[in-house]
Order: sequence, then C-alpha cells, then structure tokens
Amino acid sequence: MTQQKETALESDRWFAACRVEDVAENGGVCVKYGDSQIALFYFTRRNEWYATQNECPHKKQMALSRGMIGTKNEEPKIACPFHKKTFSLVTGECLSGDECAIKTYPVKVENGRVYIGIGQNDVS
Amino acid sequence: MRIIVVGNGMVGYKFCEKLVAKKIPGIQISVFGEEQYPAYDRVHLSSFFEGKDITGLELASPSWYRENGIDLHLGDPVQAINRSAKLVHTFKGFVKHYDILVMATGSSAFVPRIEGVEKEGVFLYRTIEDLYLIQSYAAKVKTGTVIGGGLLGLEAAKALIDLGISNPHVIEFAPRLMPRQLDEVASEMLLTTLTGLGLTIHTNTNTSGILGKNQITGLQFADGSSLQTDMLIISAGIRPRGELAVECGLETGMNGGVVVNNFMQTTDPSIYAIGECALYNEMIYGLVAPGYEMAEVLVTHLYNMMVKPPLPAREFTGFDMSTRLKLVGTDVASFGDPFADGENVRNIVLKDSVKGIYKRINVSADGKYLLGGILIGDATQYNLLLQTCKNKILLPPHPEDVILPAREGKKEEGAGVTTLPDDALICSCEGVSKLSICQSVTDKGCETVDAIKKCTKAGTGCGGCLPMVKDLMVYTMKQQGKYIRNVLCEHFDYSRQELLDLVKLHELKTYDAVLNQLGKGDGCEVCKPAVSSIIASLWNEMILKKGNDTSQDSNDRFLANIQKGGTYSVVPRIPGGEITPEKLITIGKVAQKYGLYTKITGGQRIDMFGAHLGDLPFIWSELIVAGFESGHAYGKALRTVKSCVGSTWCRFGLQDSVSYAIRVEERYRGLRAPHKIKSAVSGCIRECAEAQSKDFGIIATEKGWNLYVCGNGGSKPQHALLLAADIDSETCIKYIDRFLMFYIRTADPLTRTATWLNKMEGGIDYLRNVVVNDSLGMAAQWEVEMQSLVDAYQCEWKAAIENPEIRKRFSHFVNAPDEKDPTVQFEPLRDQKKVANWK
Ligand code: SRM
Ligand SMILES: Cc1cc2nc3c(=O)[nH]c(=O)nc-3n(C[C@H](O)[C@H](O)[C@H](O)COP(=O)(O)OP(=O)(O)OC[C@H]3O[C@@H](n4cnc5c(N)ncnc54)[C@H](O)[C@@H]3O)c2cc1C
Ligand code: SF4
Ligand code: FES
Repeated sequence: MTQQKETALESDRWFAACRVEDVAENGGVCVKYGDSQIALFYFTRRNEWYATQNECPHKKQMALSRGMIGTKNEEPKIACPFHKKTFSLVTGECLSGDECAIKTYPVKVENGRVYIGIGQNDVS
Repeated sequence: MRIIVVGNGMVGYKFCEKLVAKKIPGIQISVFGEEQYPAYDRVHLSSFFEGKDITGLELASPSWYRENGIDLHLGDPVQAINRSAKLVHTFKGFVKHYDILVMATGSSAFVPRIEGVEKEGVFLYRTIEDLYLIQSYAAKVKTGTVIGGGLLGLEAAKALIDLGISNPHVIEFAPRLMPRQLDEVASEMLLTTLTGLGLTIHTNTNTSGILGKNQITGLQFADGSSLQTDMLIISAGIRPRGELAVECGLETGMNGGVVVNNFMQTTDPSIYAIGECALYNEMIYGLVAPGYEMAEVLVTHLYNMMVKPPLPAREFTGFDMSTRLKLVGTDVASFGDPFADGENVRNIVLKDSVKGIYKRINVSADGKYLLGGILIGDATQYNLLLQTCKNKILLPPHPEDVILPAREGKKEEGAGVTTLPDDALICSCEGVSKLSICQSVTDKGCETVDAIKKCTKAGTGCGGCLPMVKDLMVYTMKQQGKYIRNVLCEHFDYSRQELLDLVKLHELKTYDAVLNQLGKGDGCEVCKPAVSSIIASLWNEMILKKGNDTSQDSNDRFLANIQKGGTYSVVPRIPGGEITPEKLITIGKVAQKYGLYTKITGGQRIDMFGAHLGDLPFIWSELIVAGFESGHAYGKALRTVKSCVGSTWCRFGLQDSVSYAIRVEERYRGLRAPHKIKSAVSGCIRECAEAQSKDFGIIATEKGWNLYVCGNGGSKPQHALLLAADIDSETCIKYIDRFLMFYIRTADPLTRTATWLNKMEGGIDYLRNVVVNDSLGMAAQWEVEMQSLVDAYQCEWKAAIENPEIRKRFSHFVNAPDEKDPTVQFEPLRDQKKVANWK
C-alpha cells in the first residue's frame, strides 16, 4: 500500500474508485466522481499510485488518463496524448512549457480497492 | 568610476552583461529603467499571446543584477540630464552623478497624426504593458485592425488572431507590404499567403480618422470609404527616443536619434548612445543584432579607457540589416542588397505561385558573388546564402543552383558550412563566429547544441542559426574522429539502430524487459513509443499484448487516432482504393448507426470521425464481420498503397496497377516502422496515383515497373528517386522487402524515408548499391525476415475485440464503463456534424 501527499486534510473524503486490477499496469484510467473526472495512474514499475484532474489545461481536453506515464530525472510525470505536454504526477506542475499546473489527489489502496482522497474544496 | 545606464531594454541589458563579464576594477554601475519589468526579450514579445508568461521572456532575473553589483531602479525613468554637473534627475527624485552616461532608451512606436488616436481601443505594440492592455480589450470585442503592413504590423495582426479575433484587417499606406524589405513580386506573394491565413490586407490606403465617440468603432479613409472595427493597433514604424538628448542639447537627427560616432560616443564625450536610440551615419538600426554589436563596441571602448593592456580596438561601421521573419505560416527573409539591379547585376528569380514560393538572388554580372536576395515561402537556405553573401564566397558555376531544390542524386551544390571562413559570423545576434563555435567543441568539450549555447551564447537570440550550429558541431566532431551518438532519451544510452540490434540479439519482447536489460529509470513518452515500434518491427506481435499496451503511443494504444474533443476516427483498410458496393453500404450503415462524420481521405479510403472510445469495439466488430480490417491509420506503419485505375479500364494503362497495389498493400499491411510508410502504383507515366510522392512508388512501364523510393508529401515535399527501372513484379517486391528492412533497421525514430535518405552518406547511389547490388550482403536475410513479418500478420482490431482484457480498456470511465464522456460535444455541419472547437 502506498499513500502520497501527506497534506491530505482531515476533512478529506476517501472515495472508492475501483479495484487494483481495473487499472492498466503502468497506465491510467479515468474515474467518474459526480460531474468531475479524475485520472488515476498505477505506476506499477515504482509501485506508486497517483491521481490528477483528467482535463489537460493546454486545450481543456479530458485526456490525461489516456496519456503515457514516465519519469524525468526520477520525477514521475504524465504526458498528455494530444500534444505531449508533461505534468509532474507529484506536484501537478507543468514540466514542458507554461501550462498551468494540474490538480493532484492522494491515493490509497486497501484490500485491493483503490481510494482517491477528495478535499472538500477540491471538486465542485 | 560611475557608469549610469538610462534604459533597461534589450541593448541596455546586453551592455551590462558584457560589461560585468570584463571585470573592470573600480566601476560602479547604476541602471534606470522606465518600465516596471527588468529587461525582457522584446523580439519574442508576441509569444506572450501563445501562453508564455513574462518571466519566461526575462533576460536576467533581478537577483542577477544584485549578484553583479548593479544597482537597478525600475519604474524610474530619467527625466533630465545636467551635463555640466554630470547629474541625472529621475522621476522618483534621485539625483545621481555619473562619469560615463550610456543612453539605451530604445524607441517608441511612431503614431501618425490621425484624428482620434486617443480614443479607447487604440493601442501600440511595443511593451509588455501594451500587450496586457491589448489582451484584456481583445477579450471583449470581435473585430480588430492594424495600421502598418511592415514587420511589426504583421506580427501584431497575427497576435490578434491568437487572441481570437478571427479576421483582422491590415491597413498599409504604401502600395505593398514590407516595402523596405521586399520587392513588388515578393510582397504580392506574401499578400496572397497572408490572405489565406485569414488576414484582410488593404494597401494604398490612407487612414484619415478614427471613428467613434469615446471608443473606437471604425476607421475613416482618405478616399471616403470606411471600415468598422472594435479595436486598433498602430504599428506604423518607430521613433528613436531622443527626447532627453534633445533637451540637454546633444546633437540629434531629424526624427530624434542621438548622433554617435564609431565608438558610440555622442557629441558630449562622457555620453554614449547604443541600440535603437542611436543614429549612426544617419541610420537607425531597428533590429537587435546591430544593437548588441554597439554594446560590444562600447564595452571594448570603455575597457580600453580604463585597463592596460588594451583589447584590439573595435569600431562600429554599420551593420547588415538582413532579416528572417518569424511570421507564422510562411517564411520571409531578405539579405544583403535585396533590390540590387542594373547593368552589373544578374537577377535570378524562381517563382512558384501555387506553393507561394518566390526566391530572388542578385548576383554580380560575372556570376561569382552573391549581392543579396529575397526568399518567400521557403527560407531554408537563408543562413547559407547570408554567409555566402557576407563573406564573399565564390558561387558555384551555376549560381541558380543555390536556390533550386537539390536535384536527383546530387547533394546540395551551394556552399556548405564547411566552406565558410573561420570568421564567418554564424550567430549575428550574439556575434559568434564559426571559429568560436568549432573551438567550443574542440577545446571546451561541448558536444550538444545546448552546451554550445551555454558556452558561446550562439543561438540564444532569435535562434535562427541553430541548424547551422548543429551542422558545425557535427562536422567538427566528425573531424576529430568522434562518433556522434544520437541517443534516444535519458533512459536509454543508445541510438535507435543500436537498440534495435540489441533487442533482437537478446530477443526482448516487452517494453519492461528492454528497459530492465538495456535502459535505466522508468521510461518516458519518448522512449516508450520508440521501443514499442522496435519490438513491433522485429516480432510483429499484437501490440496491445499485456505489458506492451501502456507503452504504446496513445493512438496505437486505442488503435485509432485521437481527435479534438477526445473522440476517435475509424479508418478501415481499403487496399488500393478498390471497394465493393456492399462494403460501401456497410460503412454507410455503421456510420449512420454510431453517428459518425464520414469523409473520403486523401489516401483513397473512407474515414469515419467522432467515435466515442467505448463505441470503437462495437464499430469494429461490425466492420470486421463485413470483411474489413484495421487500416493502421493510427500507427507508424504501412498506411495506404494508392492506385490509379490502370490497364483494366484506362486507355493509356500499361500494367494492372490496381491488382499490383492490392498485392503490395496486403503484403506490407501492419508492418511497423520508425515512421509511417506510404506507397502508390500508377499504370503509366501520367502518374495519376502520385507514386513519386511516396516512400516507395511504382510506375508501370512497357516492360514492367519502375521503382521509386524516398518521396514525401507533408510539410517538406520531396520527389521520390528512381531505384530500379523496368523490373518485373517479383523483383520489385524483393527490392521493396530489402529497402523497407534496411529503413526499419537504420532510421532514427520518427524519420520518414525521405529524411533518412537525405542523411545517408552517398545518397541514392549508396542505397541502390545496398538494395539492388546487395553491397552489405544482407539481402537474403532481410527477405527472410520480411517474409516472417508478413506471415505473422494479424488484424489487430480483430485480436483486440476478441480479447476481453484488451476490450475492457475501451471505456471512458473505469467506474462507469457504459457511460460516454459527457464533455464531448458536437455541432451540426452541413448535413453532418463536427466536434466543438477547443476552448
Ligand atoms: C484523414 C487524412 C486527411 C483526409 O481527410 O484526407 C489524414 C489525417 C491525418 N494526418 Fe495525414 N491524413 C491523410 C493523408 C495524408 C497525406 C496524403 C496521402 O497519404 O496520400 C499526406 C501527405 C503524404 C505523405 O505522408 O508523405 C499526409 C501527411 C501527414 C503528415 C506529414 C508527414 C510528413 O512526412 O511530413 C502528418 C504528420 C505526421 O505524420 O507526423 C499527418 C498526420 C495526420 C493525422 C494522423 C494527425 C494526427 O496525428 O491526428 C491526421 C489524423 C486525422 C484523424 O483523426 O484521423 N499527415 N496525410 C488522410 C488519411 C489518409 C488515409 O486514408 O490514411
Ligand atoms: C513586437 C516586436 C517584435 C520585434 N521583432 C524583432 C525581430 O524579430 N528581430 C529583431 O532584430 N528585432 C525585433 N524587434 C526590435 C527589437 O526588439 C529592438 O531592436 C530592441 O529591443 C532594441 O533594444 P533597445 O535596448 O535599443 O530598446 P528597447 O528594448 O526598446 O529598450 C529601451 C528601454 O529604455 C526605456 N527608456 C526609455 N526612455 C527612458 C528614460 N528616460 N529613462 C529610463 N528608461 C527609459 C524604455 O522604456 C525601454 O524599456 C522587435 C520589436 C518588437 C516591439
Ligand atoms: S493536413 Fe493537418 S489538419 Fe489536415 S488532416 Fe492532415 S494533420 Fe490534420
Ligand atoms: S491538450 Fe493536452 S497537451 Fe494539448
């Protein structure tokens, strides 16, 4: 079990997204949360889970979950399938060009279930 | 000794940078700048509208000034100079003494006297502040106009397009665009291209007034006509900012430039002027490169005043005003004397009105020297021509060759980087010579373009010289006997070719296995598709097999091209473009059922657009039942083999081109390569299938086929070259097998066959030797390997829909598999639909 981003607040709700085997190894899936979309990534090689907004800030496309993950100097990142802008999976910061940062969420895995931590103000 | 710099623009900053680098003891530097921001890259100002934020344009951070002991005052313009007491008075009330005063006040936009220029909605285009104002105003309005059809005006018009004003107007007083750089034909050509980009250009038009009450609503022209517009940018030229100089009695020119001598000294020996405010020899230099040269001249001059032994003296003697514009959508360059004409000049002109290309070179009457020229539509030769012109390099025996595209089999005839003299100026922005670039490679061990940029500063200005810098680097390294490694990315220390050999040797079949054994780290979006393509080229296994699925490029991963909005296109294979009525009906029905937009492609098949991810497996199930297969429109793989109708129907046809195209397409379908591969078969030399624009193209002859290779459409079109003539069908296939295997094994990632050949030493002759004469002794092996790839072919869509694990990935939401992405939106278009524009 891994858990990133210790900053998750007390008030965070853990939302049960799916099961571990639903997520492509070393890839992503898109999770529906109310009217929002969250990209969930299983970086199997590093045994790490990440979640970010699904929308790419570049052209506002709901696509990050379909992108390719990888690292840049050890920093885990996601490349958008549209124009390959890359974003840090840890901080959400744009690593190529000046797109604004993407939102990231904490993830935890318990009993084969994957949970995404949603802060109260995170998703409207 | 206190040096005060007035103006913190591009040249003022460059002066500081050059001055501190000289480490002259005992000087103190103060800088007063009128703008709120530390000096920024004005040349690339417009990239602000493409999303670059202003810190990205900054030339140096405020801490740089601190660290170098420069005392920087921003937002505090100098308001008066007291020459007798050597004092400056600033807006914020500082009074400061100088020993040396440097004016680098640049210029401001020239505002012609038009009634109403003060109205709301009228802007200039010079500073970041201007851009902020333009940006917020443009958000509220629909139409926009620019006065001025020069370099800057056209750039401003482009910026309006970027801001969402779809059809800006450009008003030019003169009869043509960019009258200072271009001749009439060139302007005409440019006008056509820009009109195509969405600009409406009015030449010969004199604006007499600006309409509207407080806000602009339109323009009034002298001929009585008018134009409605919500906003206006005035870009009618520049005026040097010499107001301070005028006031303190320095000699200035008619329009305000500060008169300077060869050392940038004004009529007061303690005051100097550099950059766009300096008037040298009755000339204002409105470009950044001459400004940087002035800064260098002045720094050397000051150094020699204060330090012994002195540096070799440096004088300003004028500057070449050649430019290459960064107009989006077309190339424009002019160099040397673009207008040279008359008895002692030979003008050589190449014009292609369809492609929008115009090239004019002016050559000395004896044909030996290049005097200047103009390039529109294609300025790839700009750097070399500029060097040839400036360095008075002898032209080849047929000077027209330097502007003609390289001919069949021959390398470019013009002067290559190797023939340039050592002191040829490669980077004119930073004044870096060929010698210093070569030395950075030999003496300082720079082996990447980035390292050279850091070390010499070459290419850090407009960036136009970077291709030459790279060529010089490669050339110098080769001369030193260094092998130039073209490694994939930070995760693999190998070139694609090396990696392919290793993957083959170790029989690696998954991306992870390759990364574990040959790479390091966790991979990225560069090496994943490249390695996946190698694995596919070697083994031709189903690309979505577990473990390889997520290392595919997005289009390969979902076996379809992703489109605006996140839907996909569906392109079934239609070999040779031949299709039965039944299949046409199936396509029609499927498209109807799933609500897809249909279009005949440029590749002789039918594309269905707008498919939801979750619908793809269902669509394909229906297509496959009807006998269709994947068309690999998404893959770096064989695309189409186009055909013309050929001898079965056509009165000129020499061979059955359709049957042969189908045979070729079915042989190589699914074959994965470093880039996509396309082919065509024509039934005779009328060439209706356009085979000579393909990676390999086949044209029927009386006796058999002519095989052409390495053609390309796309952005840099290139005709294919004849590889073998009058060969029979079997030989032709054999040669294609060898040719493709050679390409797959040796090309860099994402390199089409044309580019691959262009980089091949020995060119087409070498390639012919390898393929036809088997000079490498590989032919037999390649033929066997190709046959095994052909035998391993399976339709990957069929495999995908039959495999539940793979099929599961084709849904948008993991936790709501039946729901479609609700953000996807369509709008009606003619009798079909289109995807909504991106925001
Ligand atoms: C559908 C089609 C346009 C059409 O409506 O006619 C098309 C559509 C695309 N082309 Fe093309 N090309 C199409 C024929 C062509 C042709 C004409 C031809 O093949 O005869 C060319 C010039 C010939 C050539 O390739 O040399 C062509 C040169 C390109 C290029 C430039 C390649 C180059 O070497 O410069 C790209 C970009 C690339 O591949 O990097 C490209 C890329 C694309 C992409 C894949 C862009 C992308 O990544 O999304 C487009 C996908 C649209 C989609 O969503 O399906 N397309 N494209 C044509 C499909 C043909 C087919 O049946 O498969
Ligand atoms: C949109 C745009 C695109 C361009 N594209 C190109 C190009 O492609 N290639 C090219 O070579 N050139 C280009 N130029 C021109 C290039 O930017 C100028 O040649 C260059 O900036 C000149 O540098 P400078 O330091 O002389 O003037 P500036 O960069 O204008 O700097 C002068 C500075 O002095 C300040 N100042 C003025 N008076 C005072 C005062 N009294 N006290 C304190 N500060 C003062 C001004 O506010 C300004 O900040 C472009 C210009 C623009 C606006
Ligand atoms: S030419 Fe450009 S816009 Fe048109 S289909 Fe090809 S890639 Fe897309
Ligand atoms: S939409 Fe994501 S990179 Fe362009």
